[in-house]
Formats: sequence, structure tokens, C-alpha cells
Amino acid sequence: MKNLSLMRLSIWAYLAIFFAYLLGPLVIMSITAFNSPEFPRATPWECLTFEWFSALFQDERILNGIKNSILVGFGTVVLSVAMGLAGALMLTQIWPKLRATYYTIIIAPILVPGVVIGISTLVFWDRINRMLGLEADSFLSNGLFLTVIGQSTFIASYCMLVLVARLQRYDMALTEAALDLGATHAQAFRKVLLPFMKPAIASAAVLAFLASFENYNTTTFTFGEYPTLTIELAQKVRYGITPAISALAFIIVLLTVFAALFNEANIRRKELVALARKEATVEELSTGKFKMPGFLSSNWAAVGLVIVACATVVVVGTATVYSPQQCIADVQEQKRLETELRIQELQRQRELRRQQQEAEQGSSAAPAQSKPAGNDSGFGNVFAPSTLSGDAEEDAGKPEGNNSGFGGAFAPNTLSGEEGSEGSGN
Amino acid sequence: MSAGVGVDLENLWIRFGDFVAVRDANVNINGGDFFSFLGPSGCGKTTILRAVSGFLDPSDGRVLIGGNDMKGIGPNKRPTALIFQNLALFPLMKVWENITFSMEIKGASAKERRKRADELLDMIALPGQGDKLPSELSGGQRQRVAIARALCAEPDVLLLDEPLSALDLKLRQHMRTELREIQKRVGITFIYITHDQGEALTMSDNIAVMRAGVIDQIGNGKAIYNDPATAFAASFVGENNVFRGKVKRMMGSEALIETNRSGDLVARISSANQGRLKEGDAAMMFIRPEAFALAPDGASGDHFVTARVNHEEFEGNTFNIFMEGEGGKELKVAIPNLGQSFEDHTGQSITLEYEAQNAVVVPAGELAAE
Ligand SMILES: Nc1ncnc2c1ncn2[C@@H]1O[C@H](COP(=O)(O)OP(=O)(O)OP(=O)(O)O)[C@@H](O)[C@H]1O
Ligand SMILES: [Mg+2]
Repeated sequence: MKNLSLMRLSIWAYLAIFFAYLLGPLVIMSITAFNSPEFPRATPWECLTFEWFSALFQDERILNGIKNSILVGFGTVVLSVAMGLAGALMLTQIWPKLRATYYTIIIAPILVPGVVIGISTLVFWDRINRMLGLEADSFLSNGLFLTVIGQSTFIASYCMLVLVARLQRYDMALTEAALDLGATHAQAFRKVLLPFMKPAIASAAVLAFLASFENYNTTTFTFGEYPTLTIELAQKVRYGITPAISALAFIIVLLTVFAALFNEANIRRKELVALARKEATVEELSTGKFKMPGFLSSNWAAVGLVIVACATVVVVGTATVYSPQQCIADVQEQKRLETELRIQELQRQRELRRQQQEAEQGSSAAPAQSKPAGNDSGFGNVFAPSTLSGDAEEDAGKPEGNNSGFGGAFAPNTLSGEEGSEGSGN
Repeated sequence: MSAGVGVDLENLWIRFGDFVAVRDANVNINGGDFFSFLGPSGCGKTTILRAVSGFLDPSDGRVLIGGNDMKGIGPNKRPTALIFQNLALFPLMKVWENITFSMEIKGASAKERRKRADELLDMIALPGQGDKLPSELSGGQRQRVAIARALCAEPDVLLLDEPLSALDLKLRQHMRTELREIQKRVGITFIYITHDQGEALTMSDNIAVMRAGVIDQIGNGKAIYNDPATAFAASFVGENNVFRGKVKRMMGSEALIETNRSGDLVARISSANQGRLKEGDAAMMFIRPEAFALAPDGASGDHFVTARVNHEEFEGNTFNIFMEGEGGKELKVAIPNLGQSFEDHTGQSITLEYEAQNAVVVPAGELAAE
């Protein structure tokens, strides 16, 4: 008994650690999106702010990156789902002896590093472009085109895997039945096979979009004039990050949760409807008046969806009226006081040192114990938890000149770019 | 209704690589007939049906429907409708959409389709079930929907591939009569495939008996049952007792067979083999269980068989006697129960009598597997 409960305990502990490992970074990052300091951090908590969201929505490059990512995503979805479906159909039609070989070939792009795909796409289409004697700004060297083509190379393979799984459950006799009843091949495909494949096509499309959206390795070679979101983020991070990126990540996490809940709620709803259909009588079925289950009844996912939606609406509503100015001003005031104290301390030290030097010059006998005392307090300031080491150093270097610039850097409305320039100005 | 469109197979060969699935089939099916292909599993029945419906190209020979060569005409252009072995109803469409799929292809309006579906649903005795999904129907109901779907296409020839094999016995028997009635009502040619001889006999105007890609015999049920052309046909259709031997003497339409175990016996030469069987040929003689009668002990001659009784059973309408037979197989005798007294013969040796015209002799050949 004791052993058993220990076992259970360790399983729970394991699960807790596992989920902390999985979700911890997301949670911390989401918190940083609402904290006011300019460097994304969760502690110490300063002020609740939504400024990073508005900063995000004012960032032209991020917005442009999102737009490009969506464009590329849609292009990739269309191309790779179509190619994946064709590949999957081919797999079921091909001569059985060739099937294994064909499968390996079609799966290979997944195993090839994205970087290689990116470079080879670039080189290949550049060749073709030259062979056709086109200009360097032709359609074939367009960043959107190349990115879609490059990403689809391997995303189509993912799609094919998803589609093959469904296709294996398809009874080829259904197509034959349609043909036998007078349908053309195109009609049989459209009216029988395609509806059957619809759920898998939807999954493949979502998968393709996500894979495209998060792709960096391949895109980095092909984006040309159309940097996608991942490219923009990578370039931004080089110049230092702000919580605006956390805000973006938070929005993405939220959208994911929404999509997952929506999907789950839908699946459950379908199950319930099927159950209701089974219980309905013939007359109820034909009039369509059988008792449909309510959307929320015995459907936890739907309930969750509604709760998250309400929470989002409340938060957005709060954000539009909420102003963290007072809090930020307080924090600023406090920081200013701290800085002043520190400056005074430094001045005092300097004064002390000057006096000492004077005393040394005056009398050759030097009191040894006063020096280390001055150093000690300086260290204490540098490692104070609420100050950045960079700031502290600057403070120590030029205490007086820095005072006004320092206050400006902590103003809530300044963007990272401005801060950067001011910092270098200092 | 038209008088029906006939189907002819001329020297039809179908090969899969080196494997011959159908060997030189020649069949004439009259318009409006209920024609069955009867044979054991794997003998090539489905293959023939697929060649008729256009999913398979003959390796050799021709398929004619209504006198027209079907070469190069796809399944969607042939006046046939196939009911698949597994029905192949469209799982995502409602019953009425399934039934009227052939109309949708031609661009009929939903209203027209609905109307036609209701008519057909009435015909197959499933009124008002149009809004269900196929998965919400029972096996027999699905069966009928498949028939309605095929009929909706208004084919000249309906092809049915063992459509009743998935059903339980009761329903199967019910569907037999129903199918036959539907066929009479619509008056089109039905080509029916089965490995169940009872089904073939009860429903068909004509039957082709198939064995491993070869058509052994074509004829109506009576001819197939009473006058088998081959040993296979004799042993596959109905219960039969086999006596091996060789032809000792020809006696007009009858022959005296020197059997391996039961002495010389006389039997009618089946009509397909008249004039082809010669003295000295290896032959097989078949006598049905119900063709025997008990004879007085010690009687002997060319239409008496004597053997030891292994066991007996009472089946209600018959008394069944199982006697020592050839090659470890028992000889079965069925005496009709007419209320007479019946003593137990187990362990005894008894003598049976038959009439020469109820025994049939064919050239020795392969027997159907039990
Ligand atoms: N596509 C194919 N390729 C190779 N051999 C095939 C193919 N289709 C059928 N065969 C072979 O042809 C033979 C006849 O098959 P068929 O499906 O016609 O049998 P059947 O009489 O319908 O049997 P059942 O009663 O079991 O349905 C079988 O031995 C089968 O293995
Ligand atoms: Mg078959």
C-alpha cells in the first residue's frame, strides 16, 4: 500500500515537473508581457501594463512580418496540401512493388535540413531564372514565390503523411461505385473522395500553416523583399528585445488555446449530435426536429472556450481604460529617489576621498581603514537587485550628467529603438 | 419497360500476369433473365462481373451488352449498375442522397431527387428512412438501399456480387424472394453472383456453374441439379453420392459402370456427355441421397447397393442413413418421413435400390471441395 502511494506520488511529481518544463517558459514569458520594465522580466513585478501590446501594434516591421507570414502561409497551405494529396493518391495507385521506394523518396525532404532546402531552392530557381533569360526582379526570384516553393518542398511531405493515414481507410470501391453510377472520374473525386478526405485536408492545412508560420531555416535564404515574422523577430533580437515580443508570443499562445478549445468543442459537439441522431425517430429525422443538444451541455471544451473568450474580452476591455501611469510614476519616483541616494553616497565618498588625499598630502601618515569602507558601499550599489548592471556602471561613471537622461529612459512610452539611441548617446 | 438487354461473353479470357482467372468463357444471357454465376470462392465470379461492368479489360475475347461490343467503353458509360460485394454505400451521404447519386451526376434538382428517392424507398419497403445515414441502418436495410441506388440509375443490366452473403440466414431467405420480385417488376436483366447453390437454384432462370476460371455448365436450375455435365457440377450443386469406376458397357443412353466398391451399376449418361463417353473411360456416377429406397435384404443386381450403416439420424422430414462409402467419405441416404415405422440399422449391412434414370454418369473429374 505504502509503496503504491509512493509510486503515485512520484508519478504526480513527474507530471508536475514535466508540465512545468513544457509550459513554464510560456507562463513566464506571458507574465513579462504585462510587466512594465523595458527588458522582458517577470520579477520584480513593477506595474501592470498593456503598453507592450500597443507597442507591438505600432511596430511596422512586426506587422509587415505578420502580413508576409500569413501570405506565405496561405500559399504554402494551398500548394503543399494539393501536392500532398496528389502524392498520397499516387501512393495508393502505384504498382505495389514500387510503393516502398516511392514512399522513401517522397518522405526524404523531411529528413533534409531546412537550410539545405533553402539554399538549393534559391540556387535552383536562380538557374531557371537565368536560363529563361529573365531579370533579377522577375516573378521566379520573388521572395514570396521562393519562400512558398521552398517551404512546400518539405511541408508537402508532412501533408502527405496526414492524408495517407486517412486515405488508407478509404474504400476504393466507393470511387468505383460512383463511376459505375455514371460519374466521371472528376465527379467521383469531387463528390466522393474529397468529402471523405475533408477532415484530413483540414488537419493537413492547419499543420502546413503552422509549419510555414514558424519556419526560419528555409525562409532565411528565400525571403528576399518579404521578411516573414520569424525573420523579423530574429533580426530584432540582435538589437535587444523588448516585452513587445512577449506580447506577440502571448497573443500566439492565446490563439493556440482558442483554436485547440474550439476544435475540441467541435469534436464533442459532433459526437453528441451523432448520439442524438441515433436516438431520434424516423419522423424526427425527416423533419429535422429531433432534439439537438445545446452547445454547452456536457461539453467541457465548449465551456472552456466561452470562459477564455469572456476573459479575453474583459482583459481587452480593461486594457482600453486602464492606465498604469500612476504606478509607473510611483516606481519612477522611487527609482529616482534610490538613484539620488546613490548619487549622494557617491558624492560623499568622493568628498571623503578628496579629504583623505588632502590629508595625505598634508600629513604623510595615512589612515588605512577608510578606503575599504568606501569601496564596500559601491559594491553594494552595483549588485542591488533592482538595478541593471549596465545602468549601475553608467551611474558610477557619470552620476551627475546621467540624471536627466536616465529618467527619460524609464518613461513608459519610449520604444526600444529610442532607448537604444539614447543609451548610445550617453 | 424494354424486353431487356442481353449480355454475351465471347471467348472471354482474363489473366492477371501468368494467372488465368477466367478461361475461355462463352455465355449468352437473354434480356430480362435472372442469370446466376455459381461457384466456390476464388473461381473468378467477381472477375467476370468486373469485366462486364467495365472495371477490367478482357485479356482476350469480347463482352457484348445488347449486342454492342463494350471494348473501350468505361464503366460510367455502360448501361450496367453493379451492387458491390461490400455494398460500397457512400458513408457521408444520407440514404436519399445515396440512392439518387446517379441523378445528381446528371444535374437533377434536389426536389426531383427527393421525389424519386421516396418512390424507391417505398419500393424497397423503407419508407421515410431517407434522412438516415447508411451507418444508421441495419444490414438488410443497407442491402436494399444499395439495390435502390443501382435501380435509380435505370440500368439495362443489374450486376449483383454476392449481395446477400453478409446477411444472416433468415434475412437472406427473405431477401431472395424480394430480389426475385424486384427483378420481375423492373423487368431488366439481373446477373447474380453467388457461391450458395440454394440461392442460385431458387432465384435464377439460368445458372452458370464455374470452377477455377472455367464455366462447367450452363442451364436452368433443374438441368444443373438433375443433369450435371461434370463431376464438379454434380458434386457442387446439392448433396450427392459419388461412385468411381469405369464404363463397362454402353446401353444406349445408359451405361453400365464397373464401380470400385459396389459392383456393376447402371446409370443414365448425362445429356452433355451423350456420345462422348466410351467404353473403358474412367467415369463417376452420382446418386442423390433422396434417390435411394430401402430394398429387401439380399437383393442384388445393377441397381442395388449394399453397405454397412455407420449411424443414422432423424431430421424431421427425412431419416438420414450414413453408410460406409468410398475413400473415407460416407454414403448418405435420405428416406422421406411418411409416418412409416423405421428401425435402427446401425452396425448392420443393408441394401438400397435406385432407378437408373435417377443416377447420372459423367467422365471422371475433379470434385468440389467439401
Ligand atoms: N487484381 C488481381 N490481381 C491478381 N489476381 C487477382 C486479382 N483479382 C482477382 N485475382 C485472382 O483471381 C481469382 C478470382 O478472383 P475473384 O475475385 O473473381 O473470385 P470470386 O469468384 O469472386 O471469389 P469470392 O466468392 O471469394 O468473391 C482469385 O484467385 C484471385 O486471387
Ligand atoms: Mg467475389
